[in-house]
Amino acid sequence: MPDRKHETHYLIAGASHAALAALHAIRLVDGDRPLTVIAKDDSLPYSPTVLPYVVSGRSDPDTVLLRDDKYFADHNVCYLRGRHVTSLNTAEHAATLSDGIRVRFEKLLLATGARPAVPPIPGLAESPYHALRTLEDARRLRERLPTTCHAVVIGGGLIGMHAAENVRKGGARVTVIEMQAHVLPAYFDADAAARIERAFATAGVEIRTGARVERIIPGAPDSTLELTDGTRVTADLLLVGTGVVPVTDYLDGSGIATDHGILVDDTMRTNDPSVWAAGDVARARDFFGSAPVLNGILPDAVEQGRIAGMAMAGDHAVRPYRGAVPLNTFGFFGNHALAVGSNLAPPGADVMLRADPAGDRYLKIVLHQDRLHGIFGINVPFDAGVMWELIVRRVELGPLRARFLEQPQETARTLMSRLWR
Amino acid sequence: MPGYTTIAFKPDRCNGCGECMTACALAKTGSPSAARSRIQITLGAAQGEFELAICRQCGDPRCVDNCPAGALSKHAATGVIDWDGGMCIDCLLCTVGCTYGGIMLDPQAHRVAKCDMCDGNPACVAACAPGALKYLTTARIYNEVGDLEDLFVPGLGGCQGCNTELLMRHSLRRIGPNTVVAAPPGCVPGMGAVGYNGLTGTKVPVFHPLLTNTASMLSGIKRQYKRRGREITALALAGDGGASDVGFQSLSGAAERGEEMLFLVIDNEGYMNTGMQRSSCTPYGAWTTTTPVGRESMGKTQDAKNLPLLMVAHRCAYVATASTAFMEDFYAKLDKALQSSKRGFAYLHVYSPCTTGWRFPAQKNIEVARKAVETNFVTLWEFTPETGLRLTHPVDNPLPLAEYLHVLGKYRHLAPEQVEHIERHVVENVALIKRQATVAAPPS
Repeated sequence: MPDRKHETHYLIAGASHAALAALHAIRLVDGDRPLTVIAKDDSLPYSPTVLPYVVSGRSDPDTVLLRDDKYFADHNVCYLRGRHVTSLNTAEHAATLSDGIRVRFEKLLLATGARPAVPPIPGLAESPYHALRTLEDARRLRERLPTTCHAVVIGGGLIGMHAAENVRKGGARVTVIEMQAHVLPAYFDADAAARIERAFATAGVEIRTGARVERIIPGAPDSTLELTDGTRVTADLLLVGTGVVPVTDYLDGSGIATDHGILVDDTMRTNDPSVWAAGDVARARDFFGSAPVLNGILPDAVEQGRIAGMAMAGDHAVRPYRGAVPLNTFGFFGNHALAVGSNLAPPGADVMLRADPAGDRYLKIVLHQDRLHGIFGINVPFDAGVMWELIVRRVELGPLRARFLEQPQETARTLMSRLWR
Repeated sequence: MPGYTTIAFKPDRCNGCGECMTACALAKTGSPSAARSRIQITLGAAQGEFELAICRQCGDPRCVDNCPAGALSKHAATGVIDWDGGMCIDCLLCTVGCTYGGIMLDPQAHRVAKCDMCDGNPACVAACAPGALKYLTTARIYNEVGDLEDLFVPGLGGCQGCNTELLMRHSLRRIGPNTVVAAPPGCVPGMGAVGYNGLTGTKVPVFHPLLTNTASMLSGIKRQYKRRGREITALALAGDGGASDVGFQSLSGAAERGEEMLFLVIDNEGYMNTGMQRSSCTPYGAWTTTTPVGRESMGKTQDAKNLPLLMVAHRCAYVATASTAFMEDFYAKLDKALQSSKRGFAYLHVYSPCTTGWRFPAQKNIEVARKAVETNFVTLWEFTPETGLRLTHPVDNPLPLAEYLHVLGKYRHLAPEQVEHIERHVVENVALIKRQATVAAPPS
């Protein structure tokens, strides 16, 4: 246990994927200089992505931990858990923690992630509701499942849909309320989303799209939700899954530039030369657009964390961030949906759609200037990582274009295999 | 960190038969469905070309980083990336991290699947008739040798990119501490093996004979130890110049008398540490400072002496050629040479490209060494009087010789007729070796 003052060379605020990737990258080239990790939870590191499976009971909360104490000891890391940074003084290279400890650092990584966004719905604050961002959230939700009859999930994004499936598997009735015209709007178009919605409906999950909650009348055990169309839904379990917002409040007055996230350059460095940011908290270059974006997905957190770690350690092999590409994988009721790249076809783009209207298979490929722009599939396998690489490398399909449209998985492997040789 | 085994792919040998996929699917799923194989051969861009998707067992694996459930981990001892189906939540985020198509959805199991190297006996490699897949175990050598004591001091001063240091350190580690080393003038002592200022560069007894008398002095030392009842390995680390030119008389004599020693020649085709003069092992056409290139002269005008074949004519207990690009082959020969040196004269001739004297970039040494073999410019073989001569790495479809010559500055000036001369010589040389192999080797 450190005393009231703590000195370190590398300070990493946060302990999930971006933080762990940075730690790993630093220790690959610098095994000696002191490194301190600040974990907000009183727990070893874990991934928010695994939480729906903790809720359903498929994953044991004690085995989903991504590192153990031995790892930190072996890598000469001081792992401080159950506390977080409350303020930052960049001029003095010092961070103050929630328990009052003042940490002096040479280089700082802000990987403080995001917290659930709470929509401004009248009555919500007064109602008992759940969110799903921490292991503690998952444990609480899991405890509630056996006595839950009807759960309402506000928000049809990835968190909401994952949670809905796992609560449904726990036996409760589930309704998902999504403001947009279809679920998962960040990754799939209406056609693809309709198939996902159908699978949920078949499994007994009610999906209400284009619906907005007007107000909530708190009650025990049931709260009542009034929707804008006048209908009412009652629920004895309310789960808010309306997205996340970056955790940056501790940066007020620090001089670190933020704008709905911490602004970073292509080595994940902030406007302060000693401070980097990565993961869900960072707003970095967009691959497709000019304005920086938050790309709150696990693989990008790993990518950004690694770049930040390499830059912090002075690893000469560091390569600049290639820009955020929207991508995700989504498993639901035994189906697999994959989305890599942009769903928005630019002018002049070619869109190839192959979908059986009644069945559950769907494939959409967007090509632009003979390059892959986006590929979206439901129950059509392809290698998401290979597709990601083809997009960011701007690989020309050339004579393999027709074959790519016919057999994207195999042809993408051919293209990458050639590039690796 | 240990070295690991790996499955290597030679696309030019792949005929797309798909037997590897069937074998893998059978071994891992019990069904012959190629779609379920952990190794995937895909059609290449052109007709008859094939490409590969398989787990590379990355050193710094992104699939493991991307796993939110702790279901993937790199095994420290085997290097294999292990997948724990009980922990996996089927989120497929690992597949986002892989740019090789190495971890993929098994369409039947609806779970990810990846190569686990079949516990060291990959079914795909065993099923590959054309030899496009190869299970490389070279890393085991490095792990084993890494555990042996390095008997040279740190910080030998070789030229950048020189692999003679690699060769010396590896050899002496394997040969062991019960050794007396003779290092005649050449690159070996030149980089500090005999030492400076009264200190030796080795942790074993070492001496610095003349170019002319290395084998004679070593004979005497070995005999003296023997007389006193002590068994040692007498090891010469000599260059091609000393061995093939002025030192040949003593070498030939010691071989003829069957002196018990291991004579290791590091052939860099000239006197490279004294300013790159030609030796009788310098090939035809090569530039050296004594076979210059200009108006009158266009490099060496004679072919190289085939020193290892001369040693075969001495009926030594063991003679072999080796290359630093084929370390498994080298180690097998070093072991045999070491054993043979206990009962007679063992001669090991290792081709060692010289970055400085041959004029090529420092990072290309192993590539040059490999190309020398793959173009048949040098041949790898071994000989014992009992079994005759045997090619250990026959190259039936050699690369065009130009691929070797073009990398080397010492051949930059070659006229077409000089290239033809070298090509002719290579063909003759291979034919000569093969004839010896045919005549001398027992019928198999």
